[in-house]
Amino acid sequence: MSSDWMKRTKFAGALSQGLTAFACLIIIAIVVIIMGNIVSHGVQKISWEFLSAPPRDHFTKGGIFPAIFGTAALVILMTIAVIPLGVATAVYMYEYAPKRSRLVQLVRLAIQNLAGVPAIVFGLFGVGFFIEFVGRGLDKGLYGGRLVYGQPAIIWSALTMALLTLPTVVVATEEALRAIPNNYREVAYSLGATRWQMIRKVVLPQAAGGILTGGILAVSRGSGEVAPVMFTGAAYSLPHLPTQLHHQFMELGYHVYVMSTQAFDVEATKPALYSTVMVLLMLTFLLNFTAVMIRARIRKKLRDGR
Amino acid sequence: MRNSGILPYRPEVAARSFPVFRGMVSDKMAAFVIKGSAFLAIASLILIFIFIGKEALPMFTSSEVQQEAGLSKLFLPQPAHPGEAAQFTWQPISETPKYSLLPLLAGTLKVTIIAVLIAIPLAVAAALYTSEFAPSWARETIKPCIEMLAGIPSVVVGFFCLMVIASWLQTAFGLTFRLNALTAGIGLSLAVIPIVYTVSEDAFSSVPQAFREGSVAMGATSWQTASRVVLPAAMPGVLASCILGFGRAIGETMIVLMASGNAAVLSWSPAESVRTFSATIAAELGELVQGSPHYHVLFFIGAFLFILTFVINLAGRWWVGKLQKKLQGAA
Repeated sequence: MSSDWMKRTKFAGALSQGLTAFACLIIIAIVVIIMGNIVSHGVQKISWEFLSAPPRDHFTKGGIFPAIFGTAALVILMTIAVIPLGVATAVYMYEYAPKRSRLVQLVRLAIQNLAGVPAIVFGLFGVGFFIEFVGRGLDKGLYGGRLVYGQPAIIWSALTMALLTLPTVVVATEEALRAIPNNYREVAYSLGATRWQMIRKVVLPQAAGGILTGGILAVSRGSGEVAPVMFTGAAYSLPHLPTQLHHQFMELGYHVYVMSTQAFDVEATKPALYSTVMVLLMLTFLLNFTAVMIRARIRKKLRDGR
Repeated sequence: MRNSGILPYRPEVAARSFPVFRGMVSDKMAAFVIKGSAFLAIASLILIFIFIGKEALPMFTSSEVQQEAGLSKLFLPQPAHPGEAAQFTWQPISETPKYSLLPLLAGTLKVTIIAVLIAIPLAVAAALYTSEFAPSWARETIKPCIEMLAGIPSVVVGFFCLMVIASWLQTAFGLTFRLNALTAGIGLSLAVIPIVYTVSEDAFSSVPQAFREGSVAMGATSWQTASRVVLPAAMPGVLASCILGFGRAIGETMIVLMASGNAAVLSWSPAESVRTFSATIAAELGELVQGSPHYHVLFFIGAFLFILTFVINLAGRWWVGKLQKKLQGAA
């Protein structure tokens, strides 16, 4: 009787444990299937021409160079905006403000909530604030009402994206700051450094890896996100590359969206579409992988430091 | 020491090596700038609220907008033509624009619920396995997989649903519509799994080791320990993960925009095309006259999404905090 009960308990345990393992397997399988499908279809059309030429004949021929160029320009502008702001925010929270102060809690809450705001809401904000308010204001003040900045432009997309990726940078930087042993700071102070000198000469160089991680993750997010740039600057198709801040641009993710939903001839577009998706996917994975490697090194340092 | 004599005082050298005054000025300036940018996170959240709210406000103040898209038109059934039966219809671009939000609400709920029903059991079970049973090699496999899944841009997931999953489902179930709530829900679950997994895995691993040791010492099997000790202890964190996953699903745009079919039909069948709030904004904002009632309605929906996700996130974080407090008290 009792051994029977034991057997049943053991069996139920093994079964349930097996089910949870199965859940893991499903998730792994999903990732493998998605990757396999995209790479196996996408790799056929990848060539130098595909990466370096503009699209032709309703996206069926040519390449995706303008989209790659536009994405690069977008994330560079975004990085210029988000890194100083994100790093300063993290430095304030960790180095300046008293621990557990009301303000720090408020900033942290804001960062967490900012991370949860849907991307499309950022897009709306970009339209309502950057284009309608800032852009129109600039046009009125500087260009006498001529339409220059009061319309979708790469700078507005980049700034919208910078807000979207701000939490990523702040969180990564804060983690890096936490990994720096306190005696580094104390030594700097004991040598007569002011707080800013200490931060500039000791903390920031030490945190460079973490800041880099945050930056790379932000770039990875920014190069794949479509909803915030749809109305703030991304264009369906452009005859020339963006060279000015108020130009529109083509973006890889948006290009994928356009090709897969508004293509003239779905079957004819398919090879180019798959290859574009593969380029986008490889780009984000490469960036994420780099970030994960750097972060692993920082975490190791953090563990060894204690 | 070799150089024991007093060094001659050379002010120019002293000023170079100890720029005390300059150091103090730059310190003050840096403190000011850094403090300023920290406020930016708060400020931007407030700005988002203000500027989306500002564009949504004419819904309540402008009589012109109210006439076409007043609150009653948004929530109560309206006849398509005078004299016909009243219906819930979202049809903003027509002779008499119709702005009933009900089909969109139903669509959003339908897709979100499907996504959450798929994602939560999978992700929580996987998190439990990773935290409680997995040998380290399995852990080293599943974690990068989750990170990869989280790293796939949503437009790529949308593309995959559109191209692959939609066809699979259509052949498997013989569906009339290729793009429907089920396709979108499955796609959406791919976006929800990483967040649910990450938050609940965090919750499971923050349960003190002593809990497990105590349970095993009393003769419990590892499954009994996991299901009756670890899971209840980590419950607030698991709930938080579900809430955050729900918030992610409600706001996600590209996947539903590409995979749901975007027909605003009021029905509960998962095999019908649906249109969600977020996809409506994404699909319609581009071709709009700024300042038209339709434009304001879309911002109204945006404001609603913003407030909803804000509340959901607050609740989720509150639950995570509660878990930490509970376990700190116990450990």
